[in-house]
Amino acid sequence: MFTAETVSQAMAQSFVKLKPALMIKNPVMFTVELGTVIMLIVTILSGFTTNESLGSVGYNTVITLLLFVTVLFGNFAEAIAEARGKAQADTLRKTRKETKAKRLNDDGSITETSSSDLKKGDIFLVEEGDVIPADGEIIEGLASIDESAITGESAPVIREAETDHNSVIGGTKVLSDQIKVQVITEPGESFLDKMISLVEGANRQKTPNEIALTILLASFTMVFLIVTITLQPFADYANTPIAIAALISLFVCLIPTTIGGLLSAIGIAGMDRALRANIIAKSGKAVETAGDIDTLLLDKTGTITIGNRKATGFFNLNGKADEEFVRLAVLSSLSDNTPEGKSILKLAKKQNVTVEKNSVGDASFIKFSAETRMSGVDLPDGRKVRKGAWDAIYKWSDNKTDLEKLEEKVKEISNNGGTPLALAVDKKALGVIQLEDIIKPGIQERFARLRKMGVKTVMVTGDNPLTAKYIAEKAGVDDFIAEAKPEDKLEYIKKEQEQGKLVAMMGDGTNDAPALAQADVGVAMNSGTQAAKEASNMVDLDSDPTKLLEVIEIGKQLLITRGNVTTFSIANDVAKYFAIVPALFAASIPGLNAMNIMNLATPESAILSAVIFNAIIIPLLIPLALRGVKYRPVGASTLLTRNLLVYGLGGIIVPFIGIKAIDLLVNSLL
Amino acid sequence: MNTEILGVILIFLLSVALAWPLGKYMVKVFRGDKTWSDFMSPLERLVFKLSGIDPNQPMDWKQNLKALLGINIFFFLFAFIALAFQSLHPFWNPVGIGNWEPTLAFNTAVSFTTNTNLQHYSGETGASYFTQLLVFCWLQFVSAATGIAACALLFQGLKNKTGSNLGNFYNLMMKSCTRILLPLAIVLSLILTINGSTTNFDGLQEVTTLEGETIQVAGGPTAPMVAIKQLGTNGGGYFGPNSTHPFENPNYLTNIAENIAILLIPMALVFAFGFYLNRKKLAMLFFAVMSILFIAFVAISVSEEMNGNPAFTEMGLAANQSNMEGKEVRFGPAASSLWGVSTTATSNGSVNSMHDSHTPLSGGIFLLDMMINAVYGGVGVGFINFFVFVIVAVFIAGQMIGRTPDLLGKKIEAREVKIAALVVILHPLLILVGTALASYGIVQNPEYGWLNNPSFHGFSEMLYENTSAAANNGSGFEGLGDNTQFWNILTGIIMLLGRYLPIIGPLAIVGSLAAKKPVPTTSGSLQLDSPAFGAVLISVILIVAALAFFPALALGPLAEYFTF
Repeated sequence: MFTAETVSQAMAQSFVKLKPALMIKNPVMFTVELGTVIMLIVTILSGFTTNESLGSVGYNTVITLLLFVTVLFGNFAEAIAEARGKAQADTLRKTRKETKAKRLNDDGSITETSSSDLKKGDIFLVEEGDVIPADGEIIEGLASIDESAITGESAPVIREAETDHNSVIGGTKVLSDQIKVQVITEPGESFLDKMISLVEGANRQKTPNEIALTILLASFTMVFLIVTITLQPFADYANTPIAIAALISLFVCLIPTTIGGLLSAIGIAGMDRALRANIIAKSGKAVETAGDIDTLLLDKTGTITIGNRKATGFFNLNGKADEEFVRLAVLSSLSDNTPEGKSILKLAKKQNVTVEKNSVGDASFIKFSAETRMSGVDLPDGRKVRKGAWDAIYKWSDNKTDLEKLEEKVKEISNNGGTPLALAVDKKALGVIQLEDIIKPGIQERFARLRKMGVKTVMVTGDNPLTAKYIAEKAGVDDFIAEAKPEDKLEYIKKEQEQGKLVAMMGDGTNDAPALAQADVGVAMNSGTQAAKEASNMVDLDSDPTKLLEVIEIGKQLLITRGNVTTFSIANDVAKYFAIVPALFAASIPGLNAMNIMNLATPESAILSAVIFNAIIIPLLIPLALRGVKYRPVGASTLLTRNLLVYGLGGIIVPFIGIKAIDLLVNSLL
Repeated sequence: MNTEILGVILIFLLSVALAWPLGKYMVKVFRGDKTWSDFMSPLERLVFKLSGIDPNQPMDWKQNLKALLGINIFFFLFAFIALAFQSLHPFWNPVGIGNWEPTLAFNTAVSFTTNTNLQHYSGETGASYFTQLLVFCWLQFVSAATGIAACALLFQGLKNKTGSNLGNFYNLMMKSCTRILLPLAIVLSLILTINGSTTNFDGLQEVTTLEGETIQVAGGPTAPMVAIKQLGTNGGGYFGPNSTHPFENPNYLTNIAENIAILLIPMALVFAFGFYLNRKKLAMLFFAVMSILFIAFVAISVSEEMNGNPAFTEMGLAANQSNMEGKEVRFGPAASSLWGVSTTATSNGSVNSMHDSHTPLSGGIFLLDMMINAVYGGVGVGFINFFVFVIVAVFIAGQMIGRTPDLLGKKIEAREVKIAALVVILHPLLILVGTALASYGIVQNPEYGWLNNPSFHGFSEMLYENTSAAANNGSGFEGLGDNTQFWNILTGIIMLLGRYLPIIGPLAIVGSLAAKKPVPTTSGSLQLDSPAFGAVLISVILIVAALAFFPALALGPLAEYFTF
């Protein structure tokens, strides 16, 4: 979890962060720093004068040091979280070391330049074997790219101009072909740079919930400030002089230093966890919001089902797969570049039917298009072969009797979650081709988990309602949008938001951009278009559609860690009171010693033990703060009960044991 | 079982049993549904017509707040003038009682306007019948109605999905008087009169005692004032000794009736919350949380009192006797303890025994009750105070389940937390700073001589006085010479801040929540009506109250207890 380098870096930062201008952002720890300064003055004064309320130099020195260490521990927690985040960001940043760039000038000539000289709008050329010098959008060409430096995925990916996968990342390598790329960001303003600034101190914005919690903690600090200050006249009345060291110790022990010291570390660690999952969040708020997501829009393809639909059967009018029918199916699919089209060729090959494009002579191929939803070929002998969506062929065909014969099969395929394509020659239907989805193994469990978290899952698909319903049921999603057009997503999101729900979705295409912008958490795939990335508030470097589930858990984990450490911190006060209050009055009100239930040796050691416990609990909880409290989807009430027992009850009991143990240790040393 | 304890249980159960239907009825009144009390409406309409107020005009939180504060300023001015110039009115002053010293008039006017009824005067010697009836008795109605109306505004704010209309303060306040407080007060005052409370306008009456001596006995319109004193969690007694006085609380039966009256409306408002928002389960949880604290406090207090004073036992004087010091024989230690806990929990402040003379832990419990100030709490304001604890608890618990917190479908964010935090700070600020000033004053100037008791007990007296003022309770620990300019001004200011800021804050919160988009409840949402949330709520209440006041309690009641 920690390397020697991050630790030493964080230690140095702990001192830098002592600057009051930085400390004031954290009101709880700032008051501890003030207390340290007051104690320092008291210690010096007590060296020159003797006064009952000043106390002894030795004791004052020890308390001053302990308070100072408490502040340092808090700073260290924040610094180590930052250091870890930075280390993570640096490994990503390493990929964008200086490289050569081939800048294309307006006249078409090429200037060799350094990647750091590239400005927004510049166009550069990347050829086989080159490292891409900067983030950009392909404006011309297609290339296979090795993105393993960023994603860790070794299989090369295809990026192509004018598709939804037209983005390239600086630092990745072109394996084949050449592309022209336009730079989309000024140097230093990429998403990664933005993310790094979210982890680093200076620019970090507190999230809304963090601000609210800081206010609550500050108010508790206020209450204890009042308690401590008014205790002085009370003590005067009771003829019980209290040393300033004891009063300040009481104050520091009572204010929520544990959560105060760890609060920003917890926030940074949340961002860091996102980064580790290869998600670049554009704001801390987005990560926090992710924990609140009520509705999740998921694309069927790639998220719920493996890849694309595959052809799994040919059925002619008699329900058989005769060779001529398969051959025509192949012919009609030769110019269909969609994955479905290609899968028809594959299935045919399995059945030993292959047709070369040039073997049919002077045929004119008709490409698949989204409007006609058909592809096909006009053969030299005049036959027009068409293959396409069932309803498209239905419209095109003029012989309804054949169509009626096929209808039963079509229904059967649809009901079983398949997609029927139809094949027709000269407007006469010949049969259907069955396409099927393969649902990802384990996806049902993930959806069940989401349901327990209270998240509604919605499958978005271009399939017809029957097919969509079948897959939705099989995968266990709560709702689906069938025959979805990009606007449908937007509409659905708006409808959900009207009911106050928070919606998350993932997308890549330019036509997803409005929906991504509308969603409360929009995650763009890194392979997606620039428009999609701009519209969303997170970018997933892995372009993995199931990442949304992780994003939600990271958000929840962040809030839970904050809530639990707060509870723990406040619950600790009970034991601290039982340590310090009897000690304060032990001399003048011996009866109150009955409250010394821990049986601490002396008043001095009691106060010392409480202050030591208060300090060391911060570093002890750093691993928890950085790792985060594990989220368990067990239902809200069970989760609350569990966390209450562990962090609430635990928070009451642990310090009793801890303070007693420290007291024993302190006294054996004295 | 001991009949004394049976009596305690009976009073509690009867209060709950009566509070349930009353809660239902109050919701009907708030909503303006048809009820049997509609015969009051011509009277209400007349008053509204005369004052030029449209009772049906919808108002947002700011407008309502302006109405509330405006009318309360008027109450205060009226009371102050009436007290400061008491000798000037010619009637209903048979004994001819004079004008009040200005700081006492200020303190008392504040006290009755704020529903506190801290009494630095003695009723039978200081106040004319006019003052008792038209100032004190009247203010006990309208100050209680102010609290109830504020609570109804809060209910509406929480019920609103969208929209800022909280209802109309004037309308709610009027109806709280005419349809809730007045009918109940009439019933109670009849019970009291039948049992021997005085209801007359005669002056002092000469009575010859059994010993043959002649004494002057003060009478007057006691029963009506006592009735509203209890029902409106006012606590301002007709006589100095409050409900220990035989004319205020003649026998065990009236004691039962009055104790129920203390608890009745505060309890009923918790149920009313459930009926109004149709969240009965949540209301039951709130009621359970309050009742767990209440029953625990009663148990501690009763057992302490019944076990008696260990000092007596040690001296070999009255072994195994309960602590009867400062108590009425006709009520006994158990009923006195229940009353003590009831009156401090609900910010009522009437007493049927001297709280000063309770055992230290019992006295500590009374203090803690007022420090929490939300165990049922004062009429209306008790629930409003409780609501602030709910906000804090929701904020912490919400995070513990991994969601940014929401309350009844509205997100709790920085603004709401800020307001709630201010209200949470206010109570310890008033009590501790007030006590610190008093402690400092008495240490520097021992000649002030407020304290009739030295040491820890003296500290408890000062702590109690400030706590009582901040909680708008009004009871005194007694033993404190409180009619001095210092105490009159100090507690006057504390009462004002302790009354209005905790009303303004929560109304501002619901005002801010009203502007928010509602969020739906899913299985991932925090379930407010679950035992786990109840546990968080109790912890928040105890931790906020106990942690802030622990050192003060340690120096007062706890020190005394352990030193006994």
